[in-house]
Amino acid sequence: MKFLGEHLLPGQLGHFFVILGFIASLLASISFFKASSGNDPVEKNNWLRFGSILFFTQVISVIAVFSIIYYICANHYYEYMYAYKHASKELEPKYLLACIWEGQEGSFLLWTIWHSVLGVFILFNAKEWKAPVMSVISLAQFFLLMMILGIYVFDARIGNSPFTLTRNEIAGPIFGREDYLTFIKDGMGLNVLLRNYWMVIHPPVLFLGFASTIVPFAYAYAGIKTKQYGAWIKPVIPWALFSACVLGVGIMMGGKWAYESLSFGGYWAWDPVENASLVPWLLLVAGLHTMVIYNATGHSLRASYLFAILCFAFILYSTFLTRTGILGDTSVHAFTEAGNVINTMIGLFVLAFTGPMLFLFFRHYKRIPAIHKEEEASSREFWMFIGSLVLFLAALFIIGVTSIPVYNKTPLLKDIIVYFHHAALAMPEDPEFLYNKVMILVVFIIGILTAIAQYFKYKQSPKSYFTKKIALPTLIAAVLTTLIVWAYPLQYFKQGPVFKGAIYLGFFAAMYALVANAMYIWSGLNGKIKNAGGSVTHVGFALMLLGILISSSNKEVISSSTANGINAQVGIDPMTKKQDNPQENLTLLREIPTRMGEYEVTYFSDSSGHEKGRKFFALRFDKKDPSSKKNMESFVIKPDVYIMKDNNMSSNPDTKSYLTKDVFTYVTSAPDNEKVKDTARFRTTEIAIGDTAFYSKGMIILKDVVKNPNNQKYHFKEDDLALMADLSVISREQMHYHATPLIRIDENNMAQMVDDTVYAQNLFVRFEGVGDGKKLKLGIKESDKTIDYVTVKSYIFPYINLVWLGLIIMAAGLLISMVKRSNLSPARSVILYIVAISSLVYMFLFANG
Amino acid sequence: MKKTHIIILIGIAVLIVGLLTYSVDFSTYDTIHSAQEKKGKFVHVIAKIDKSEPVVYDPINNPNYLSFYAIDSLGGKTKVVYHNSKPTDLERSERIVMKGKMQADHFECSDILLKCPSKYKDDKKQLEKNMNEQAATGSTSAQ
Repeated sequence: MKFLGEHLLPGQLGHFFVILGFIASLLASISFFKASSGNDPVEKNNWLRFGSILFFTQVISVIAVFSIIYYICANHYYEYMYAYKHASKELEPKYLLACIWEGQEGSFLLWTIWHSVLGVFILFNAKEWKAPVMSVISLAQFFLLMMILGIYVFDARIGNSPFTLTRNEIAGPIFGREDYLTFIKDGMGLNVLLRNYWMVIHPPVLFLGFASTIVPFAYAYAGIKTKQYGAWIKPVIPWALFSACVLGVGIMMGGKWAYESLSFGGYWAWDPVENASLVPWLLLVAGLHTMVIYNATGHSLRASYLFAILCFAFILYSTFLTRTGILGDTSVHAFTEAGNVINTMIGLFVLAFTGPMLFLFFRHYKRIPAIHKEEEASSREFWMFIGSLVLFLAALFIIGVTSIPVYNKTPLLKDIIVYFHHAALAMPEDPEFLYNKVMILVVFIIGILTAIAQYFKYKQSPKSYFTKKIALPTLIAAVLTTLIVWAYPLQYFKQGPVFKGAIYLGFFAAMYALVANAMYIWSGLNGKIKNAGGSVTHVGFALMLLGILISSSNKEVISSSTANGINAQVGIDPMTKKQDNPQENLTLLREIPTRMGEYEVTYFSDSSGHEKGRKFFALRFDKKDPSSKKNMESFVIKPDVYIMKDNNMSSNPDTKSYLTKDVFTYVTSAPDNEKVKDTARFRTTEIAIGDTAFYSKGMIILKDVVKNPNNQKYHFKEDDLALMADLSVISREQMHYHATPLIRIDENNMAQMVDDTVYAQNLFVRFEGVGDGKKLKLGIKESDKTIDYVTVKSYIFPYINLVWLGLIIMAAGLLISMVKRSNLSPARSVILYIVAISSLVYMFLFANG
Repeated sequence: MKKTHIIILIGIAVLIVGLLTYSVDFSTYDTIHSAQEKKGKFVHVIAKIDKSEPVVYDPINNPNYLSFYAIDSLGGKTKVVYHNSKPTDLERSERIVMKGKMQADHFECSDILLKCPSKYKDDKKQLEKNMNEQAATGSTSAQ
């Protein structure tokens, strides 16, 4: 049958380029290998030239493939499965790129594009290391392109092509008709959770970070291959610095994205997918330090090999974790299963690189030069090495816990787990604490080491030199920590006093690292920023740690119902007497101010966005002066939700940012039907106990006034100041309802009213105050419309800007070191600084939402 | 201080971490039935929502109370109470992972993870369903 309206040419072209790139990358890898093996320089040169041509063929192929996918998605050619799955007509053009890397195939492609860019750089700049390094990169391209190959070998499909046709992929009666395309009105579009500008910029940066870790790995291979065991370190250090910078920024962009646009309630949740990208970064940083040690002293070469290899191995392992569906139920943002064949292929990819490389490393282990005299304890390299070792162990710990779902599926290990636990193993009740209690120790050790290591000299430093120089920073850090602890204590009681003590130790260590490194720029380097890359990086890192410790410890839930004294405190654990489920949601009725922390919050209007199904809720936050009741401050934030056609909702937070804190709010529940604005107002009547007030559909009897009620709904203590009206509402149909509005005087001497509603009668009652002669003022509001409301969660994150500022300084420090070690020309380096740092500052500190 | 000394110290630190981790009470994946046998213990239960029973969530009265009934593939059934807002898509979810503790008469849930068909574009059956729905509405509007 000939189908009408299909555009088959782009797909055929795309498929051709995938195969061309696939074959070219394999041949390029072989050619580069040949070029790095033989002895005849002419022959080697020929192979090198041949390999370069093949690699460029591959580069052109992946760019062509990417352009064709873009073309298909941009033109909404739904005869292609990829366009149908990821694009839609209402999608704004800025999200077109995002919809390409939403899918598995597109994100593999993004990876190959970055490998191509890095490969071209190396071909032009790497001189004698070119051939062995490029053979590794070309081989990686071969594996990555295999993932999107889409060729059948017997019954198994090798890779998922992005150019498959919809009619070949899914079954349906319409595909029996030649005009089936007229029935496919629109594609499924980009997942609403991902419609955010972070989705446009975060994946490319993160994947550049992923892709760049292959360079140290490839150089390590080159070191073994050429038997110049130590010579690869010097040229690879700038690459490792670049990689640490980009991968670090990419990871934190993910955190910023989660913080800004996803409702996880924070920037880091120890989610397996987050951990899987943090672990290679830790290994990379460990490797970076051992490489610097080798460069200065000749120690730690073997460790440098190991870390360079493991870093890329764990990048591959993280691909395995996130893309094979093995994480299953444990992660919120892992890909789902892509099929057994592709899972096997990803597994093969991991093994093909990790196995042989580790084998080579151990076979040549003895031949890799090492200095057998131990480092002096008064040498810088000694403490740097200890730091690297701690980072390495921290990485192993994180990945060890993250891999629990893998253990549950590993033969033998699985049986051992079942033998001991009688079921598959899962994370404990408080998974974050499991990580935090170990990582706080790591922060402590790393913080101290970061502070002191630079004050030692390489090889050996006289004792007096060290003590003289370190004394002042130690004193300042101790004083600063004491001052801050005194003025702004940390409020993290959840895990008991021991853990809180550990947080303070970590806090001191981070402060120590900050002060010592900042001072070292002057006392050790005479203020020459050009040479101070390391110190600047450490300052940024320490600032980030401080920001993390403060913003997490002093995070405050202001929408908590318990903080407002209302609603039942259910879920108290009988064993620990701790709140099991903090009640973090608060419902705001339209036009009714509700207390939230120090703010009075009113939901006053809603509006729709220009995208289909998007709705904004405007919330006004007023901060009033306790004595004069005047408005001290007022702002409006507009968290929004996407309401999809099938009642699917996705929530985007909105944040009011101050220099010192963020007020972060998102919608957790909202009525799904269209609401009409409620214009009714409260009318006040004065009644005494036993009296009756009337409303249009019945009457209200004041049965009693209770002081400091302690019942299912309210929990007040003897010394509180709260009055509750006990009302009986009887409708004309003789239906009885119960309502208990309340008034209380809070800690700030402000009167707070907790209204009650009789939903069935659209009736609002409010305890407005006490009138003359034992009467109370009762506010009654009736509405013929259904009640409009929005339920929100609201947090305050103090000093979160320290986290972002720290990250920017860290990235800047890494770039300074990179520029210095790669001998970039001054003009180029200035351009690099301006572009990189201004875009980071803009993205992290100004572009909110 | 020699390097070996430090390595020994680090070995001790690793041991402490090991003990810290070992002392952690790891949870397990249970069925409703086996969770009922270990009341009060924190477990993970994979189940689905029982659509024949009502889902109670009234955010105006209490935004932190959700209750529904869950059934699992082995026929176990329990009331579930979740003191938080109702996850969107709850009614549409195909499978839920509930973390919490079994009480006398209900499962006290502290976290819910949903598996929703709409979020998983790689599920071929769901794609087929979507496509056919779209085709059906397309043809009726055409007539």
